[in-house]
Amino acid sequence: MSDPANTPEKAEKISLPIIGEVSRRTVLKGIGATLGLGAFAAAIAPLTQFKDQTSLNEFLQQHYKELDDEDKKQIFARLEEEARENYGADVKIRDPKPIPGVRYGYAINLSLCNGNGKCAEACHRENNHDRAVNQSYIRIFEMPKGTSDMEQGSTTYDHAVPQPDKYYLPVQCFQCENPPCVEVCPVEATWQEADGIVVVDYNWCIGCRYCQAACPYHARRFNWRAPEIPAEEVNPDQGYLSNRIRPQGVVEKCHFCMHRTREGKLPACLEACPTGARIFGNLLDPNSEISWVLKNKRCFVLKEELGAKPTLYYFFN
Amino acid sequence: MSHAETTPIENEERPSHWVSYPSFLWQSLVMATDGSLAFYAWMTFLTAVSLVGVHAWTQQVTGGMIQTNMTDHVSWGLYIANFTFGVGLAAGGVMMVIPAYLYHNRKMHDVVILGELLAIAAIVICLLFVIGDLGRPDRFWHLIPGIGRFNFPMSMLTWDVIVLNGYLLINLHICGYLLYMRYLGQTPNPAWYLPFVFLSIAWAISIHTVTAFLYQGLGGRPFWNSALLAPRFLASAFVSGPSFLVVTMILLRWLGKVPIPRDPIRTLVEIIRVAILINLLMVASELFTEFYTGAAHSKHAYYLFFGLHGHYALVPWIWSSMALNLIAAALFLHPSAMRNMTLLVVACSAAFVGIWIEKGMGLIIPGFVPSTLDQLVEYQPSLLEWQVSAGIWAFGLMVYTVALKIAIPVMRGEVNFAEHSESR
Repeated sequence: MSDPANTPEKAEKISLPIIGEVSRRTVLKGIGATLGLGAFAAAIAPLTQFKDQTSLNEFLQQHYKELDDEDKKQIFARLEEEARENYGADVKIRDPKPIPGVRYGYAINLSLCNGNGKCAEACHRENNHDRAVNQSYIRIFEMPKGTSDMEQGSTTYDHAVPQPDKYYLPVQCFQCENPPCVEVCPVEATWQEADGIVVVDYNWCIGCRYCQAACPYHARRFNWRAPEIPAEEVNPDQGYLSNRIRPQGVVEKCHFCMHRTREGKLPACLEACPTGARIFGNLLDPNSEISWVLKNKRCFVLKEELGAKPTLYYFFN
Repeated sequence: MSHAETTPIENEERPSHWVSYPSFLWQSLVMATDGSLAFYAWMTFLTAVSLVGVHAWTQQVTGGMIQTNMTDHVSWGLYIANFTFGVGLAAGGVMMVIPAYLYHNRKMHDVVILGELLAIAAIVICLLFVIGDLGRPDRFWHLIPGIGRFNFPMSMLTWDVIVLNGYLLINLHICGYLLYMRYLGQTPNPAWYLPFVFLSIAWAISIHTVTAFLYQGLGGRPFWNSALLAPRFLASAFVSGPSFLVVTMILLRWLGKVPIPRDPIRTLVEIIRVAILINLLMVASELFTEFYTGAAHSKHAYYLFFGLHGHYALVPWIWSSMALNLIAAALFLHPSAMRNMTLLVVACSAAFVGIWIEKGMGLIIPGFVPSTLDQLVEYQPSLLEWQVSAGIWAFGLMVYTVALKIAIPVMRGEVNFAEHSESR
């Protein structure tokens, strides 16, 4: 280590206006620092574009549970405006609340499901998924008969269905009673609603993807970029916690079409199913069809040993 | 130490902190920016790499993480791998603190600040990797307790936020206080730093335990869901951290002509000798369970070590890691490791790189392959991910270089307040 008091540069003085006499080394340091700052400014230049994408109101927006009705009105108006600007679509964003005394359950009859994929397509359209990557909350496994080893299943089959030696297993979020994805979220951006649906506040999620690591069922999706949807294909009937167009960089998941089901309609995937394999309803109502299935059919869930307690069941006739 | 007992500036024994602290900061800035041509070349190189990283990261934030090669199947990649390894590096610095303060090893005491400064630089690296991995870094404030919504104590990530930032603050305090006192030429008051030193020892263990619990607690990821994960993290941290420090000390002797005694290096080698064997023992124990049982959950280990259904991306990496660890263990255990500094640099580098692979990509990626519903989607980092990662490492090295540049002259008494207050 050199002793700064005796550096040879001390002798070489340069005279500058205003500042006076400075050492050559100081001048060089100043030039170096200026160049460094300039290079830094150039390096972060793309951020100016990001600034245009994100408004101050969006930046300051509070967590869903801290918003009152007036806040929500303004936020929904802003999001509708953004949908107009970015997608050219006139959308309406609502916030349907859970219905008291309702806890949703879903059951899929694997004897009927023939892998036609209409459910996944309906989900894709209903929930404003990215067209380019053909995203959907539902994936269908084509499984060889005689095994339940999913490693042997295929989600990318492209041929006539059903194949005689195969059976079909659609998977989506199981809306677990004890969801492992919720407890890991560091910012409470995802939680379970009173009717059992696990939701995400897309404007609060920081995109750490810990929930994706925690979910045992590959139910969560990340917006690796902003979704692309042609204006005429945007579903304008949107829920804040459900199918509104998601921002880039946040996690999303199946929400049992809560903007429909909380208003008495059926999930889009069920409505689209031509085989009648899907049964949806209120688990708390002993007279509902779903309750009848759970009482009378041999039902099972995936990976029961993990204790997450899915509320989407499978059964065979 | 309080400002209430301020004495006149003329009294050089006890100057006002209002005068001496700015002087300390100013001299730190001078020391941090003064050096040989090689120093300027090194710093320019690190700056350039950092800026490449910054630029790549801003592109990622703007255009989306689609530019990484991560997918919904492999949703964490190079960033989280480096983060995990970095936590080990930070925790490993404690292996200088324990001999220095718990065993009163005098010679180690003289150089212990190198370990504490490494903890600071490594935590900076870790925090940057976490920010680099966020899809929405603009919403970072959601993580700040009080302003955001902090899911404590349920989310292990909130624990990690607390322990990592706490560890950073503790080490900043210890280093800052000791250096400032040294600069003033005063004897540090043990009440102001010893409690923090002992806290930092426990805290160092906690940062790597909590980081292991992040993965270990996930029931849906059998590759991580092992009680051995946290102890393995610690054992490997006590190899990688001391290895880095041994190389640093040898380089300081060679390049900086800093007269660092051999004793602390020997102490660290003794620690590495034990830790590297414990680490290998635990790796063997885990592999035995995975491969002898051959249950469905061992498919991740199969993928990592042998490949699965024609997918082999990690196989060459993990075997390199195993080879490097074994070679390092053999070199460290060889008696000449205590004498031959060149051999020691080779051994430390092998251990460092071996653990970087094992505790990085070798730990994170197989957790996702095959995915939870058994699909085989592989992952290899994109160029952008390499750029961001290199940038963060370069920035961390810059922090460490600057810290050493300030700490070494101050600790050796070459730069002090008395001299600089006189020269004004």
